[in-house]
Amino acid sequence: MTLLLAIVTGILFTAGFYLVLRRSLVKVIFGLMFLGHAANLLIFNIGRLTKGAPAFILEGNQTAVEPYAEPIPQALILTAIVIGFGVQAFAIVLFKKAYQMIGSDDINSLKSTDRIA
Amino acid sequence: MLLFSVLSGIIVACLVPFLFKFGRKPASIIISMVPLSLFLYYLFNFGITDNLGYSESIEFFPALGVNLNFVMDSYALIFALIITGIGTAVFFYSSYYLAEHPYLDRFYIYISIFMASMLGIVTSDNMVIMFIFWELTSISSFLLIGFKHREEKSRYSAWQALLVTGSGALALLAGILLLYVITGKMNFSEINAMPGIIQSSTLFLPAMFLVLGGAFTKSAQMPFHFWLPNAMEAPTPVSAYLHSATMVKAGIYLMARINPAFQGAIEWETTLTIFGGITMLFAAYMALKQTDLKRILAYTTLSVLGTLTLLIGIGTPLAMQAMLVYLIAHALYKGTLFLVAGAIDHGTGTRNIDEIGGLRKFMPITAVAATLAAFSMAGVLPLFGFIGKELLYEAALQPNLFGYTTFAIVFLAALFGVVAAGMSAIFPFFGQAKYPNSKPHEASFTMYSGYVITAFLGLLFGLLPMIVSDNVAKAVSDIYYNLPVAVSSSMYLALWHGFNLVLFLSLATLALGIVILMFRKKLFAIIRKINLPEYLLPSKGYDMSISILIASARLTTKVLQNGYLRNYITLILITLLILTSYSLFTFSDLSVISLYHPVTIYEIIIAAIITISTILVVKSSGRLQAVAALGVVGIFVAVVFSIYGAPDLAMTQYSIETLTVILFVLVIYKLPKFMHYSKFSHRMQDFFLASAVGLTMTILILMVTANEMPTEFKEYYGKTSYLLGKGRNIVNVILVDYRALDTLGEIVVLSLAALGVFALLKLKKDDRGFE
Repeated sequence: MTLLLAIVTGILFTAGFYLVLRRSLVKVIFGLMFLGHAANLLIFNIGRLTKGAPAFILEGNQTAVEPYAEPIPQALILTAIVIGFGVQAFAIVLFKKAYQMIGSDDINSLKSTDRIA
Repeated sequence: MLLFSVLSGIIVACLVPFLFKFGRKPASIIISMVPLSLFLYYLFNFGITDNLGYSESIEFFPALGVNLNFVMDSYALIFALIITGIGTAVFFYSSYYLAEHPYLDRFYIYISIFMASMLGIVTSDNMVIMFIFWELTSISSFLLIGFKHREEKSRYSAWQALLVTGSGALALLAGILLLYVITGKMNFSEINAMPGIIQSSTLFLPAMFLVLGGAFTKSAQMPFHFWLPNAMEAPTPVSAYLHSATMVKAGIYLMARINPAFQGAIEWETTLTIFGGITMLFAAYMALKQTDLKRILAYTTLSVLGTLTLLIGIGTPLAMQAMLVYLIAHALYKGTLFLVAGAIDHGTGTRNIDEIGGLRKFMPITAVAATLAAFSMAGVLPLFGFIGKELLYEAALQPNLFGYTTFAIVFLAALFGVVAAGMSAIFPFFGQAKYPNSKPHEASFTMYSGYVITAFLGLLFGLLPMIVSDNVAKAVSDIYYNLPVAVSSSMYLALWHGFNLVLFLSLATLALGIVILMFRKKLFAIIRKINLPEYLLPSKGYDMSISILIASARLTTKVLQNGYLRNYITLILITLLILTSYSLFTFSDLSVISLYHPVTIYEIIIAAIITISTILVVKSSGRLQAVAALGVVGIFVAVVFSIYGAPDLAMTQYSIETLTVILFVLVIYKLPKFMHYSKFSHRMQDFFLASAVGLTMTILILMVTANEMPTEFKEYYGKTSYLLGKGRNIVNVILVDYRALDTLGEIVVLSLAALGVFALLKLKKDDRGFE
């Protein structure tokens, strides 16, 4: 699965970067979300995959017994997911407002802070 | 107490706004008491009691050797008295001169900060602390030159002064650090005790030239002189204070202060003599071409600064003595003349010397002060300037590197000094009455009392030189390494040295100067016609480098910050691609990647679903379809998490993905249709770039996973989570216990995002913060 997941991550990165290079603001936001997934999977994969063995210390044990999943990448990803959501929510609302104000979602029309006639 | 006295100017600056609540007049008088009381404090506590060499030290940054070490020796005392003495005159003078100015309070803030920083320069023993005060004087000078900030010329001159002295200061800092590298010391007192180590170091010349870079820009030596005449845009009291009596002498101060460390090195003496000599002659010549009273005075100040530099370059004890006497005399007469120029401007409305004459009848008191100052400047017996000139000649006649050339230059400059004194202070007051507008009026008491005192001090010191003699002799030993005792005890100042060569030369200078003044009309007509070609002037170089700087900034902005998001991201991606693939292919062995990994059918299905949904999002033309496909991607990423031992991630991802889809659906009716703005060629280009980055990422992951995974951290958390953290879910324990602070930060980020969302939603369509 490591190989497969690496390829999927590559595809997600490709899609994410392709979309943030678009001029439509909506697509840029989609791109950001793809990049979030891709980065999370990258960290997850690099922390090595351990099938079906969460990082738990089972009842009756004092310490964890192998095999169990690497906990640090998981902690990082958990933070990243939540913050990623904050950014997305902000971006979506910002986008909505920007679209209301200038009536376009073309990023090239957002070049200047001057009032658009 | 010394530290407090140095910093009191800054304290006062903070109090100015409150003092002005009691009215402008009382506030200005109270503030003017500060330099006066400081002057008295220095005079009685150090000068008269001879309590010199007193020091105070407070640890500030001991690890770097930067401490607040303040020392008051004879040399520093001369400067401290000039700074506070002329300061008193200037502070009182300004209270009348700028009485009507709306920004009088700001003026006092700037000039108080300036006074404090100047005192800081001359009393700091630590070079870094001195550098900080040095920079503060540049900044307060910038604010004061640009005081009339509505005028373009003021702003230009302020910038120029700041940029020239500021870049010099950078050189100075580098020089200080080099000296630290050579000696490991940060204090002048320590550095000055080891000239042998410094001068034998390979870093000696770089350090010396960098220090000189700071001193020459500050003291306006050729070719960095041009900012000083332009600084005359400042109000006249500022010109009197900063740009003649004190700040421009900071460079002179530094050169003499650090002289013991560099003294004797042929490069040091040669450089100072050459630059000083050129500055002296060039400035004297330029002074004759001016018609504006203040610009004449500015160029004569330049000429004197050149003289002082040259004297330090000659480097004998006598030259040092001459330098100090000349410096004191200059501060007295030039301070007076600038304030007089301001009074003339105030009284007649012009500063053009061609438009004024015979003002003696209207401004008798000012005329007396001006005459005394002019005589001192010209070196007329019995004024203090006369003693200065005698010493100058004696020093220049001593054996030195350039032989009689030095004397010739000094003689010419002194001659110009006589002529300039006549132009700037004698002719405006004598001869036929001439004034442009209404009848001129005498200055008020608060204005003239200051400059009358400084003018009479020039006379007093001339008649009774023993007042300063002792302290000057001690100051010479402060700035001269290993001064022979015999020399120091033989240094006394006297007005009358008997009939000797130097007296004859002094008289000859005066006589020649008077002759020139008699034929001045013809001479000036010729001199004003001769113009140096513009491209030869260093100020052109300044203008050119500024426009190059601005042009290159424009170009960089145009290329790098052009406002197109796409270009930014493209640039970032290309950089990422080049750097990552370069290190991947150069430093690692790609053959370690194993392509054999066990795969089950449902894993292939999950990968296929994510891939297909991704393509759907990218290719879709419907908004709802895209959002739905995006949700599918998120859900299946969560599935991956749940299969590979990360139930917490999976749960979080499920709920977040649901929320995101809901959020999108809520705003989706406002969304525009998917548009294809980009050209096909752009899309292909972007696709290839993105694919290349994606591929690099895949290889990166495979490279990393092909290597052995270190297990220390995993084991640590596995062993301690329950015993220390009392939790069985290790990921949870990490989040709320080991890395609780990170989680707190995360919460803050989320709340800020929530606030931002709220604020955006509240924003009305026409609420534009900037209008």
